[in-house]
Amino acid sequence: MDNEKIINEVMGGGLRALNRIAESPFVERLGLEERAQRLVYESAKRMAETAAKAAKRLSPKRSGKPTRPSRKFDLSLSEEQQLMRDTLRRFADEVMQPAAREADDEGAPPEGFLETFGELGAIAMSVPEALGGAAEQVSAVSQMLIAEDLARGDMGLAYAALAPLSFVNAVVAWGDAQQQANLLPKFVGGEETGATVAVLEPQPLFDPAALRTTAKKGSGGYLLNGEKSMVALAQSAKWFLVAAELPRVGPRLFIVERDAEGVSVTGEPAMGLRSAALGRLELDRVRVSHQALLGGEVALKNQGKNAYRDSIDRARVAWGAMAVGASQAVLDYVIPYCNDRVAFGEPISHRQAVAFMIADMGIELESMRMLVYRAAGRIDVGMKCQREAYLARTLCAEKAMEIGTNGVQLLGGAGFIKDHPIELWYRHLRAVGVMDGNLFV
Amino acid sequence: MIYLEVPKSLKPIVNQAHQVAKHVFRPISRKYDRAEHAYPKELDMLAALMDGLSAGGAQQGAGVDGLRRDEERKDAVRNGANMSTCLGLTELCWGDIGLALSIPRQGLGNAAITAVADGEQKERFDGVWAAMAITEPGAGSDSANIRTTARLDGDEWVLNGEKIYVTAGSRADSVVVWATLDRNLGRAAIKSFVVPHGTPGMEVVRLDKKMGIRASDTASITLTDCRIPKGNLLGNADIDTKKGFGGVMQTFDNTRPIVAGMAVGVARAALEHTRKLLAKEGVEVRYRGSLFSKSAAEAELIRMEADWEAGRLLMLKAAWMADNGIPNSMEASMSKAKAARVANRITLRCVELCGGIGYSEDELLEKWARDSKILDIFEGTQQIQLLIIARRLLGKRSSELR
Repeated sequence: MDNEKIINEVMGGGLRALNRIAESPFVERLGLEERAQRLVYESAKRMAETAAKAAKRLSPKRSGKPTRPSRKFDLSLSEEQQLMRDTLRRFADEVMQPAAREADDEGAPPEGFLETFGELGAIAMSVPEALGGAAEQVSAVSQMLIAEDLARGDMGLAYAALAPLSFVNAVVAWGDAQQQANLLPKFVGGEETGATVAVLEPQPLFDPAALRTTAKKGSGGYLLNGEKSMVALAQSAKWFLVAAELPRVGPRLFIVERDAEGVSVTGEPAMGLRSAALGRLELDRVRVSHQALLGGEVALKNQGKNAYRDSIDRARVAWGAMAVGASQAVLDYVIPYCNDRVAFGEPISHRQAVAFMIADMGIELESMRMLVYRAAGRIDVGMKCQREAYLARTLCAEKAMEIGTNGVQLLGGAGFIKDHPIELWYRHLRAVGVMDGNLFV
Repeated sequence: MIYLEVPKSLKPIVNQAHQVAKHVFRPISRKYDRAEHAYPKELDMLAALMDGLSAGGAQQGAGVDGLRRDEERKDAVRNGANMSTCLGLTELCWGDIGLALSIPRQGLGNAAITAVADGEQKERFDGVWAAMAITEPGAGSDSANIRTTARLDGDEWVLNGEKIYVTAGSRADSVVVWATLDRNLGRAAIKSFVVPHGTPGMEVVRLDKKMGIRASDTASITLTDCRIPKGNLLGNADIDTKKGFGGVMQTFDNTRPIVAGMAVGVARAALEHTRKLLAKEGVEVRYRGSLFSKSAAEAELIRMEADWEAGRLLMLKAAWMADNGIPNSMEASMSKAKAARVANRITLRCVELCGGIGYSEDELLEKWARDSKILDIFEGTQQIQLLIIARRLLGKRSSELR
């Protein structure tokens, strides 16, 4: 029995008894209210003391660990996170926003974009020192903040920048020593940026836990078959991290190289996120070695099952962070616009019909942010976050699109034409409800 | 470090409040819904109980009594009185909103006293149960427009006017009355005054019959040449037109997250109970798979839960800011706006989902759906919150965005 239960028991029984005293007609009839109240006061005090003592006595025994100062609810960033944030915001404002329109037209990030992003050190900061990186400690919250800040610049370009980073995050989190040693140094050093993640499949009602792509175990390795959709940097990536269903084992992640036989990639232009050079990945009897299974042989067991579950949550946090960043961009844009735009002799922001839409954007944006932050915060302290990540995704899918469509609405005709970035963000934000997988914090 | 869980240090308070809600409030919830205007005598016992609990181990009570904006700022992050109050009220309102509003010495007026009073006043009004009287027949959301006047006559303030919708207005010992020192000077001239019951000139003239929170008394009060000591004006008597509403309005930065907490509590009650009833019909909530592959009932439960979580986390954020000395006017309004509208929607939807069972008085679901409506109205309606938030976001004054 844990201490909470004991306390409940101690207090619950007492409270029920006290309530009976309170309701008792005898107490009232005999004029005993005051004395009864005194009695209740004293017993409540004793109960609370007992409960407090019980909590103190039971806690260390239960965990067996030395007592640490307990964690506090906290919304502040570490110095390192704040530094990263300042850097990425400048990058978003000065590099991403100006490049976004053309990249959308071209269907690819501008030349050198991934390299410039690489120079900011985000990848090195995501790999622990022990594995050759610069991070004292890897953090899902830090990764989430990176995604948010990049998406504030442009969600399509953010998707491109985050695809290799997500590949790296996956290798750090779930790869075995050999995979880490083979792959990570290339990315930390900046020689390689050509890696991406392929989980989503082209089908309605997609569920990352029920994949159509299969991996069959054979003597020499695995045989992969299937199709993956909306893969960032599909044409240029050298490595794909592919999710596939292993019969009788469950879904797992595999490292697949571009030049393996049976791998083909075609462009898959979409409503938005075009600047991430989206592509469809086809796997037609692709043979990979045993070492291709992320995490190695042990990933066939529970360890791999847990890792895959984990990956679903981390993908939802990543897309939630993208939703938050892009929605923030919308809010930041409509505020000055509605303050400057004059109709009927005053700024349209002086009208409640307009102002209330903006207030709602602010409320729902902060709502989304809180749910996403909470899920990420739980990952960093080793708590489960399946529920939290699912709820974050549910809220973000609905509210991010609402913010996107209201953003266009507030600009009116100007929102619909390409002079303003709002129509681009509207197209991007539809992806929040669609994407599941393909990015990991 | 980003960490959005309820800290262990506050679990005992949450737990105590929950026990009170479960064992004291729930069993008498329906009784006092039916017996409107009957005084719940169990509450005297409860007041003694809460005082005892605070004395016996909990650092702060679950009510507004523990509420204080922490002025001094230390380096360490604080999870203090604002957060514990919000969490405590959440639990109590999981039990019953009307009863939570009727706990002696936990009135909203007490929140005003802690927020605005000076040191001497805090001491003098310690232990007083204070209701809050703002609204008038001719001034609701536009509280700057109140007509109740206060005139200094020697060492006494003389109050004249009429107040309505005063929660706990007849049961409390005192009423914190908003009145203007000079109607020509606008909102800056509005001050709050502590008027003890029994003061000649103050009279409770009627108790409202209501749709919900029927366990809580809602009074109309008249003030006719009602004289109170000079020292009963809370805070500063100076009319500072630059600071404007500042003084009295500051109360709301503390009380709005509490109302958000109340909304979070009643919504959780409805969600939990609906889940239980739907589970018997084979509806299970699973946080996996596409939302659209689920039954409509399961998907709806998940959507509601996501919205509910948002209200809860916004409440915690606003309280956390207050505890750490960070100005939180906008965030307080956000938490109240989101949590209250979500609570109303959730409680109504839960009745609908449970059909005849939900609509019947056999269950508390229909009661919660009646009770929750007030949360989107008092302490500033949804629309007032949106105005406040919009003004902050857009950088507008109240003269521009009206």
